[in-house]
Amino acid sequence: MSLTLPTLPEGRVLDVVRAPSHVLSVPGSLVDPADPSIAQLAADLVATMRVSPGCVGLAAPQVGISAQAFCVDVSGHPKTRTSHGLIVLVNAEVLDTSRNEKGREGCMSVPDLTGDVKRATKITVAGQLPLSGERVLISTDAFEARAMLHEIDHCNGMLFLDRVTSAHAVHPRKVYLEAGENPGQ
Amino acid sequence: MTSLAITVVGHDRPGIIAQAAEVLSDCGMNLEDSSMTLLRGHFAMTLICAGEADADQIEAALQTLENGSLDVTVREVAEEPHLPALGSTYLVTVHGADRLGIVARLAAVVAEAGGNITDLTTRLSGTLYVLLAEVDIPQSTNVEALQARLADVSAELGVDCTMRLLENDEL
Repeated sequence: MSLTLPTLPEGRVLDVVRAPSHVLSVPGSLVDPADPSIAQLAADLVATMRVSPGCVGLAAPQVGISAQAFCVDVSGHPKTRTSHGLIVLVNAEVLDTSRNEKGREGCMSVPDLTGDVKRATKITVAGQLPLSGERVLISTDAFEARAMLHEIDHCNGMLFLDRVTSAHAVHPRKVYLEAGENPGQ
Repeated sequence: MTSLAITVVGHDRPGIIAQAAEVLSDCGMNLEDSSMTLLRGHFAMTLICAGEADADQIEAALQTLENGSLDVTVREVAEEPHLPALGSTYLVTVHGADRLGIVARLAAVVAEAGGNITDLTTRLSGTLYVLLAEVDIPQSTNVEALQARLADVSAELGVDCTMRLLENDEL
């Protein structure tokens, strides 16, 4: 089920932008997939996601660039059913959604809060691959669907905070430590 | 800089939050964490704010609202260190016929097991009593034993109780 992605340049690890930051709240621009800077951005997103513990997706606004580009990789996550491995898409749009379920989401750009968000568990997304610009359709479910919808929201200037289910649906994040770990670290 | 803990309770009507928030803003007090809701029709506000004003000044200012009909308390509080929770968060839900002691008995079971209730809401609707609690459970707690104990006490109380893990999706 994996996507065949073009070979991207070497990625650089970028700083992740935290709310409140204007770039997280404005819709990203459509991009030219063939533009080498977009391929570099895609590679940077992947590199930054890979070094961030527990991170399964990252969108361009989260590294300070207002653009329609994101990556997702939910391989091996216990909540994953369908997985396409590493997904890197630009100019993505959600074509179809069904079967909403509520889940509590955390986000690297809102590190101290979590929120209850209803999202579709079956989706079809269209987008373009970086470099080649090939248009692809991805139909997926469960955790991969939630992760893609979360990242596409980022590309459109929306945080999970914009979608919480009620006035009582935002919570302080709990930091869970392994036994013996020092809370001060 | 002082931190003040404030409670405001009174007859609900549109505009109370706007007025109370304006009083705090005019006094240079930054409204930080707050919970404002209706409890059996009473407006109830609990909040922590920080700034340079003292408790007496804020209490006097809030008591001018609604012709002095609101119950207002303002106390200076110390900064609390933010300690990360060790373990996992569970949601405890209880529903059943209302009777005395449901919260007391079940909260005692949680406390005996080392659980820390971080959020709790109860609603009485006719004779139906509903309790929702988020509980941090330390890794050292035997969760199955706690669930069994909650089930036993719930049975004694004649209510239904579930306790399920609340998971975060890190995205």
